[in-house]
Amino acid sequence: MKDFLHAFCRHKGGVAGVIVIIAVAGLALAANWIFPHDPWEIVNAPFMPPMTDDTLLGTDTLGRDIGAGIAYGARLTLLLAAVSTAVSILFGVSVGAISGFYGGRVDQAVVGFIELFQTIPSFFLAVVLVAILTPSMTTVIFAIAVVSWPPLARLVRAEFMSLKNREFVQAAMLAGQSNARIILTQILPNSLSPVIVSGSLMVASAILLESALSFLGLGDPNAMTWGYIIGASRSVLRDAWWMSVFPGVAILLTVLSLNLIGEALNDALNPKLARKRTT
Amino acid sequence: MTQPLLDIRGLTVTVAQGGPDVVQAVSYTVNRNEILCVVGESGSGKSVTAHAVMGLLSPDQLNVSAGEILYQGRNLVGLPNSEWYTLRGKCFGMVFQEPMTALNPIMRIGRQVDEVLQRHTDLDSAARRNRVLDLFAQVLLPEPAAIYDAYPFQLSGGQRQRVVIAMALALEPDVLIADEPTTALDVTTQAQILSLIKDIQRRMGIGVIFITHDFGVVADIADRIVVMRKGEVVESGPAEQILNQPEHPYTRQLIAAVPHKPQGKAAQPERAPLMQVRGLNKTFVTGGRRVTALRDIELDIHQGETLGLVGESGSGKSTLGRSLIGLIPPDRGSVKMEGRELLGLNAREFRPYRRQIQMVFQDPYASLNPRHRIADAISQGPIAFGETRSNALRQARELLELVGLGGDAADRYPHQFSGGQRQRIGIARALALKPRMLIADEAVSALDVSIQAQVLDLLKTVSGQFDLSVLFITHDLRVAAQICDRIAVMRQGEIVELDRALRIFYEPGHEYTRRLIASVPGQSWEKPDLAA
Repeated sequence: MKDFLHAFCRHKGGVAGVIVIIAVAGLALAANWIFPHDPWEIVNAPFMPPMTDDTLLGTDTLGRDIGAGIAYGARLTLLLAAVSTAVSILFGVSVGAISGFYGGRVDQAVVGFIELFQTIPSFFLAVVLVAILTPSMTTVIFAIAVVSWPPLARLVRAEFMSLKNREFVQAAMLAGQSNARIILTQILPNSLSPVIVSGSLMVASAILLESALSFLGLGDPNAMTWGYIIGASRSVLRDAWWMSVFPGVAILLTVLSLNLIGEALNDALNPKLARKRTT
Repeated sequence: MTQPLLDIRGLTVTVAQGGPDVVQAVSYTVNRNEILCVVGESGSGKSVTAHAVMGLLSPDQLNVSAGEILYQGRNLVGLPNSEWYTLRGKCFGMVFQEPMTALNPIMRIGRQVDEVLQRHTDLDSAARRNRVLDLFAQVLLPEPAAIYDAYPFQLSGGQRQRVVIAMALALEPDVLIADEPTTALDVTTQAQILSLIKDIQRRMGIGVIFITHDFGVVADIADRIVVMRKGEVVESGPAEQILNQPEHPYTRQLIAAVPHKPQGKAAQPERAPLMQVRGLNKTFVTGGRRVTALRDIELDIHQGETLGLVGESGSGKSTLGRSLIGLIPPDRGSVKMEGRELLGLNAREFRPYRRQIQMVFQDPYASLNPRHRIADAISQGPIAFGETRSNALRQARELLELVGLGGDAADRYPHQFSGGQRQRIGIARALALKPRMLIADEAVSALDVSIQAQVLDLLKTVSGQFDLSVLFITHDLRVAAQICDRIAVMRQGEIVELDRALRIFYEPGHEYTRRLIASVPGQSWEKPDLAA
């Protein structure tokens, strides 16, 4: 663990990413105190530019505070991204593990199933799913999870296929351990590092996906997410730049940080294994 | 006296990240027209020294911090890369351990050798082609013209190694460095490559640095010997002297550990068979290619005996071991344990037999889960068979004690152990289920010779103590003859001969067995009795 922290801290971008994410999470948690009023509440005149009349980031077309929107939006956006990633990791890892471990017919069936998803452009699939199921937090999470598990399942499947032929797994079979136990205690812990890395990247892409859906007006209409704020103000982009730019910057910084963290995790987790093997 | 071809003086190599020196003040010389064998166990710095001579150390990992490498009087340490470039090939040729990875898999063989000539000479393409064919003839490759157009995967391991040697010799170097060139090869192929290297060395009058860990090989080809340990030269001198009157205790220990002219075990009265194998067949089909791994195998393994299964790579010996233990389902035949048929049982029916047969794996690094503590790794089996956790852990500690790993070993992780220690852990894990039969698949092949001897002793002790039957799978007849009661020799999926170990070793009946025995390196050498 100490080695891991040390390796992670050598990656400066990753450390910066962690700081930004902590700041965003802090903003999300502290939204109640910073902005005591509801983000939907009209608090000021509409079209107030930033830094005027005690609105730091200006107001939108109806006079709602952009700053409050971003803070409360951070809450929803992060929650949504985290939950949808967790769902797709859970599903993707289980499917990939079963497919890679059992092989044969099971594997063929699973790979066919995965390919079914991968042949459909993922964003269109998400749009269609949300449109059919009527937009709400649950359906958006479901749609994001549905389109983001297949690559992860493939990754885990490949890891399992190579690990299941390793001698320590065969030794566990000979020791009479059950398949479930072998999958959970022998193979899974050894294949977690790529999952962790791609998990952090999946959070980033979930944020982008959710923002894109909300931008198109397909997000939960009762949820003030970053994508929603941008979407709501896109028609006045030329008159009131602040309405789209600030939430846009929030998305940019968060996604960039998550990508940097993913890269740092990759550097920290993988060469460590490589080094261990040589010594 | 003439100047030596290559003179290494006080060479010290340090690790870039710090830590102890990998090579400490190593000095040796290579003369024209001789084979110098550098012998040592893994981690002795023998390869690092050779790589330093070739200028192949990667500067971000290893650095030459002191000493000089004189090639015909010229110091090579600190030479810029461009000058190394001309030296390599023209003055030094190198042969690596693994011929498959030394060749580019998607390039025709002839082209790969041709490339060397193209870069370093100004011959035209026709002349180069003739030169390559000539080289192939020199390394005794059959049909040089056909080999020229072949790809690496179409050649056997021995042929590939001949190609690599041809490539190393292409520019007529003065020094040939061979880094364990026969370790990855079968014993019969090894014998051919050894005689080839010796023959070429005599014909071309070059100096050869031959790196190896096998004293049998050394006895066959060395003119002079350098023995290394932990980055230092412990002893050097003419081959005769080192082989027959070694002085340094480490050299004596190494030579004593060499399995050589085994005495074997005393004959035991035959007991009831524990396992009976009848008409076992297995064919692997991969992409239209059919490989028969087992062909009508008939074999009895008696209670308490150690049965050796010897063969070259691809002979089906591992497949047989894995079929007995249920890791590979055979196509046809029968495997009985005390009269009860094991094939065709479903997982639940097989479960009671599962713990009766256990396995010790070849690679001590791959066979332990890197994330599990040793005590957990050993107790997993008994726990899966219903033992309570505290009991299983207590037994694991006792077993570790038994295999010579006491103290806090139980609470440590695999990466904190050496290869030999891990193999002891592997044995302890196999014993944890109190099996009646142990399958040891090349269990000592990855270990250094002195550690190999210790692990063999341990296997011998535990098999006696627990009245175990052991199926000992190996490619090394010397090792098999040392610890087995009987030996079965396999070739291309068939058992060609099965007899008492000493009969197999000293009076082989089958022509193939005789060829195997004749290929064992170091035949002409009478190992000195160092116990006295």
